[in-house]
Amino acid sequence: MIKTTIAAIDTEKWIRYTMILMVCIWLAVVVVLPLFQLLSKSVVDLEGNFVGIANFIHYFKTPSLFNSFGNSLFVSVMTTIFSVTLGFLYAYALTRTNLPYKNFFNAIAMMLLFSPTLLNGITLVYLFGRKGLVTLGFFGAIPGWNIELYGPVGIIISEVIFTFPQAVLILSVALRMTDARLYEAADSMGASGFQTFITVTLPGIKYGLLSSVLVCFILAFTDFGAPKVVGGNYNILATDIYKQVIGQQNFIMGAVVSVVLLIPTVIAFIMDRIVQRKQVSMIAAKSVPLQPKINRFKDRLFLIFCGFISLVIMGFFATALFASLVKVWPYNLNLSLDHYNFNRMGGGGYSAFFNSIKMSFYSAVVGTAISFTSAYLIEKSRGMPLMRQAAYFLSILPLALPGLVIGLAYIFFFNTTSWNILGFYLPNPLNSLYGTMAILVLSNVVHFYTVSFLTATTALKQLDREFETVSESMSVPFYKTFFKVTMPVCLPAILEIGIYYFVNSMATVSAVIFLYSADIPLAAVAVANMDDAGDIAPACAMSVLIVLTNVVVRVGYGLVTKGIRARTEKWLSK
Amino acid sequence: MKREIRKLVAKSVFSMIFVAFTFMAISSVWAEEILVYTALEDDEIPGYLNLLKNSHPDIDVKIVRDSTGIITAKLLAEKDNPQADVVWGTAATSLLVCDQNGMLEGYAPADLEKVRAEFRDSNPTPHWVGIKAWMTGFCVNSFEIKALGIPAPQSYDDLIKPIYKNQVVMPNPASSGTGFLTVSAILQMMGKDKGWAYLDKLHENIVQYTHSGSKPCKLAGSGESAIGISFGYRGIMQKQKGEPVETIFPKEGSGWDVESNALIKKGVIKKSSKIFLDWAISEPVMKEYAKVYPLTAYSTGVAVPEGYPAEPEKQLIKNDLQWAAANRTAILEEWSRRYESKSEPKK
Repeated sequence: MIKTTIAAIDTEKWIRYTMILMVCIWLAVVVVLPLFQLLSKSVVDLEGNFVGIANFIHYFKTPSLFNSFGNSLFVSVMTTIFSVTLGFLYAYALTRTNLPYKNFFNAIAMMLLFSPTLLNGITLVYLFGRKGLVTLGFFGAIPGWNIELYGPVGIIISEVIFTFPQAVLILSVALRMTDARLYEAADSMGASGFQTFITVTLPGIKYGLLSSVLVCFILAFTDFGAPKVVGGNYNILATDIYKQVIGQQNFIMGAVVSVVLLIPTVIAFIMDRIVQRKQVSMIAAKSVPLQPKINRFKDRLFLIFCGFISLVIMGFFATALFASLVKVWPYNLNLSLDHYNFNRMGGGGYSAFFNSIKMSFYSAVVGTAISFTSAYLIEKSRGMPLMRQAAYFLSILPLALPGLVIGLAYIFFFNTTSWNILGFYLPNPLNSLYGTMAILVLSNVVHFYTVSFLTATTALKQLDREFETVSESMSVPFYKTFFKVTMPVCLPAILEIGIYYFVNSMATVSAVIFLYSADIPLAAVAVANMDDAGDIAPACAMSVLIVLTNVVVRVGYGLVTKGIRARTEKWLSK
Repeated sequence: MKREIRKLVAKSVFSMIFVAFTFMAISSVWAEEILVYTALEDDEIPGYLNLLKNSHPDIDVKIVRDSTGIITAKLLAEKDNPQADVVWGTAATSLLVCDQNGMLEGYAPADLEKVRAEFRDSNPTPHWVGIKAWMTGFCVNSFEIKALGIPAPQSYDDLIKPIYKNQVVMPNPASSGTGFLTVSAILQMMGKDKGWAYLDKLHENIVQYTHSGSKPCKLAGSGESAIGISFGYRGIMQKQKGEPVETIFPKEGSGWDVESNALIKKGVIKKSSKIFLDWAISEPVMKEYAKVYPLTAYSTGVAVPEGYPAEPEKQLIKNDLQWAAANRTAILEEWSRRYESKSEPKK
């Protein structure tokens, strides 16, 4: 009996070892190797000869390209300042005040996550362009206001819209994780509200704050959707890559710009990691959750602030919807569904839309399965610390990779038929994936991997290790524990990851724009193509369809899982 | 007994699936798929393809459409491993560049003898054959210029006047065929030095360089800009859609290029590719081209479409396509050196 148990544990151990090894190999193949291929392309010439850093020298000597670097830094820093400030106030209102309708305000902010960044640019054109609603003063109803949209102003506004919900998300988590005892102490020591804010609140969330700064910076630095629409002649790095690769099919220069793009991103990533590591020790087991005190004045002030932001967001989506329905903006304001007929448009029309839904669904299923299983194996296994650490690091790595870089790296990696390694030709078994649905799904799985993985890890951390130990001692195979205990308990987190994958895959253009093929057009790519052709109203209509799909999926998910959550979360409440 | 029936059902299901697969396999052999790269406008392609579907249901066409510069860059990038079977309706200057790289296979489509000499490669077995010409046209938003109190520009010379400062949108010649033919026309008409000096002045008036040649016209149509340097067809179509755009063909003459077809040189040349090329200059589709473009590879008797000059030939400048093709790379490099480096927004 004992012997067989030991044997069982042994095989189990081996199964786990193999699986963790597989996680490492899988991440190495889909993250490290393509990245390596990209780096190696940046140091060769068009004929494939090694030229060292010659390409980079050429890059920094080309004034237009070099300017872009400064421009990118400028707009990203400005975006970060605005986004984090607004995001902080909003998150503060959601967590530290007695704001009414918190769920509503939270949902409104999160809705911005559902839209392709191109839509931010397009809607801004309808609001602040030469014929925009605001510029014309709602068609002459009130005095107009021209903000000179095209250029840095437009880019910064669209990137703030893009990064604001991310800042709110990160900062609400940080603000929630605070110890009420600190505030009691400050109170009893007679500290003023402002003093408490400086000495308790800010230090308490400094890691979250840094994290949100870095995330907003990375996102703004690497997005090219909105700048393409409202950038005018203001060039930034991300649009340069797009122009080099799509416009001139100069993949080598695209690789060079990608590497330049990666430098600040990787620095931000490393800083974020250092910060995150320190944060773990912040919350003690004895912490008491903070209950916001009632403060009429403060609560009302924040209600006005959140109400204003929500109005702006709703106005933003309303404008997009309205613009997509107007016949000939701004000359014929009759409403019609003409722009929703994509027959004579580029980009693939409804087949693109349905492809996107399919792709997002596959990405959700595959991405959730892989990220959750990997998180489980890394979190709930014992032994092999080195390999688990390696797997953990590889899982975090995709966070530093902008979609553009993933897309380009995948072109290089998957389009290679064979490698010449020291004179031996090694055929690329993954070459057949190129131009298929599979590579699109794969790029999404990797692009949104880290956040999903971290969500899964957090959920798994809340689960007591005892489950594993007990089932081990009762010689229940680990996969049974996994399916019978771990998965059901973590179901809310699993579904959350699935939705995250779905909505992001629907809205993203950056990686897939390099990877889609003529038979598999995609909705978000169609938005980019229609915008390039100047068909802005249909591009707006397609974006509205994407947002609506995401809203329906999200709301549907909320309704369907209400029951499941109620059941699976019962154990949490005593 | 029950088991027997079950077996029978299973068997018949299997055989049905088998038959279905066989059919699919056979039909996929019948309908040969060809990959066609084209720079024709998105809204004209479906009409033409309907004609093809009616007369050649056995050809399965997969279309990759983008602006001229993108299609050219794509073709050149895939030089060693060509993907496209056929190029359809893409600038002759671009195809000449491809030809210089030895990427095109000679093919004489049926009806070739009807095609005008300047619309085809001079080789006896031509490497490219044109279908129609397209030319520079200014799309002018009549509401906007009225509101601004400025007259509609009638010539290239007008366009550089200070009254049009920040009112003009122009396609980027690197990505747009219309952009390139306009820049090439200016350089050919005025000569190199004067031409670049002109473009420097024009740059002062440009708000934005766009990806495609149609976008400037669509921006003018929606009032996002007052004037868009674009091409004839686009302006006329936007007007038909109800946008307040007038198309003005510059007094000095319009730059132009020939939208042409070519067979790509590759390991296996499909039979359908040649059938497609025959069809693409055949009379029925040529008549369709002629309904919206005044100059086609051969005359079809269709009247000059409304909005174009009555004698479209006279509107064309003296254009050396060979020169344009030979200097394409140099022109584009000079262009981006001059105008893309000024990336600061203009005041």
